Parts: sequence; structure tokens; C-alpha cells
Amino acid sequence: MVDLSSARQQQVLAPTPLLKQLPPAARLVLRGRSQVLAAAADALGLPRSETPCRAVRSDVRAALWLGPDERLLLGSADAAAEMHGLLQRALAGMAHSLVDIGHGQVGFEVSGARAALALNTGCPLDLDPASFPPDMCTRTVFAKAQILLWRTGATTFRLETARSFAPYVTQILALAGRES
Amino acid sequence: MLLIECPYCGVRPELEFVYGGQAHVARPHDPAACSDEQWAEFLYWRENAKGVHAERWRHTHGCGRFFNALRDTTRDQFLATYRVGERPPAASSREREPQP
Repeated sequence: MVDLSSARQQQVLAPTPLLKQLPPAARLVLRGRSQVLAAAADALGLPRSETPCRAVRSDVRAALWLGPDERLLLGSADAAAEMHGLLQRALAGMAHSLVDIGHGQVGFEVSGARAALALNTGCPLDLDPASFPPDMCTRTVFAKAQILLWRTGATTFRLETARSFAPYVTQILALAGRES
Repeated sequence: MLLIECPYCGVRPELEFVYGGQAHVARPHDPAACSDEQWAEFLYWRENAKGVHAERWRHTHGCGRFFNALRDTTRDQFLATYRVGERPPAASSREREPQP
């Protein structure tokens, strides 16, 4: 007997031009007052930024604004220990919280002319470039899951979600990509 | 969808927020000195306003911050939002929207 459920699942999970899983990355959540965030930016070679919902980046690292006292620091997977060491030295003696969530989340790239349309099937934010310009990043919702959405280019988004939510998010996005 | 203005992130859809109860409920400085009635009033008694109500909200699926809001409970309309620690906007600005 043909197992239709698995056949359908494979079809949904097939890679699409819309959605691509990103390689593992270093992800650190830093919380602290503005002098902590400024010292961390200096230590990682990133520009200081207090602008809400905006990401700053260098060639290899990025700092994403999550809240007024909260940043997500991204880097390549093999640089996690190095970033951790740099931050611990720079922030010694300052009250802060530094948590490695590198294995807890997975990242995806959603790209193409219809990327915003596909994301809007589950995300109610206005993704027009006028109100969600490149470099804007925010936590938000996608259907029933919490995601982090970062517009890395005019038609490119980086989407991060908890590892356990990844199949849910990707299957809805893959369906949306076929329909839109 | 109802839009709520987060004082940090700007106007966002209602889905990203959770309600956090009445705002400006001050905890007594010395709970041991309170009578049972005073303590019960702090713990349990809340306004049930018909009209403008000051309440706490949290931008859970966003910046994660608590903030305060003035909401008209009869129309479910947000009149103002402001950060924790700030005073509520003056009464004159509460009725900036025309009555339907």
C-alpha cells in the first residue's frame, strides 16, 4: 500500500528557490545597559547602534536589536568561542547576561521577488520596503511560531526560529511559496 | 486586526502582545504593616472601568518589554501608550479620537 502521507510530506519539504537553510552559526544573546552594549560592539568590531529594530554588521559578524537592552550577536559557527572570549574580556566587571543560543535556533534565507508575499501568509507585519527597509530586524510571529525576521536585502530575508519550530515554519513557507 | 503602538518598536499587530493587568498598582512598602483588608485590596481589587483604563501590556513577540497603555474599554481603542516609569498622558489628550 502506498503511504500517501510520507509522499506528500517529501513534496512539501523539497527545497524551493524561495527557502534555503543557512549553515550553523554562532548566536549569543547579550543583555545589559547601554554602556555594556557599546563595549560589546567595540570588542566585536561592530558600529555602536541604539536604533530600534535595526541590525548592524561587519563582514563576519552582526548585532541585531531585539530590545532596548537586548542584542543578538551573530557570527560564523567556528567563531563562537572567540566571540565569547572577546566579550567576556571586554565586559569583565560590568553587569550583563551573555547566553549562547547557537544550537537552539536555526536560520533560513527566504529570498526572491515573492519572499515578502510568502512571509505575509503567516506574518502580519507590513513588509513593504518603506515600512520594513533593509537591515530592519525584529522578533515577530509566523502563524503560531515566534520568529526573528531580518531583511538582509531588498528581496532577501533571514528568518530564525527555535529548532523545534523549524519543520512547522518551513512547511508552511514551502506551501506558501508554491501558492504565491 | 487591532494595531498597538509599542513605545519601543512602533505600531505592531495585536498578535504580538499580551495583556498584563491594571497599571499603576503600587505594592505597599511594608506589607507586614498592612491590615488584611489593605493587603487584599492590593492583591485582588481592580478597577472595572467602563471607559478609559490604564493597563499594562507586554510586547512578548517583539522587544519583550512591558509598557503601559490607556485604552477605552467601551470601544477597545488604544488612546496612548507610554513606557514604564512615565506618567500617563494628560486627560486632555485622552480624547483625541472623535467619538464614533
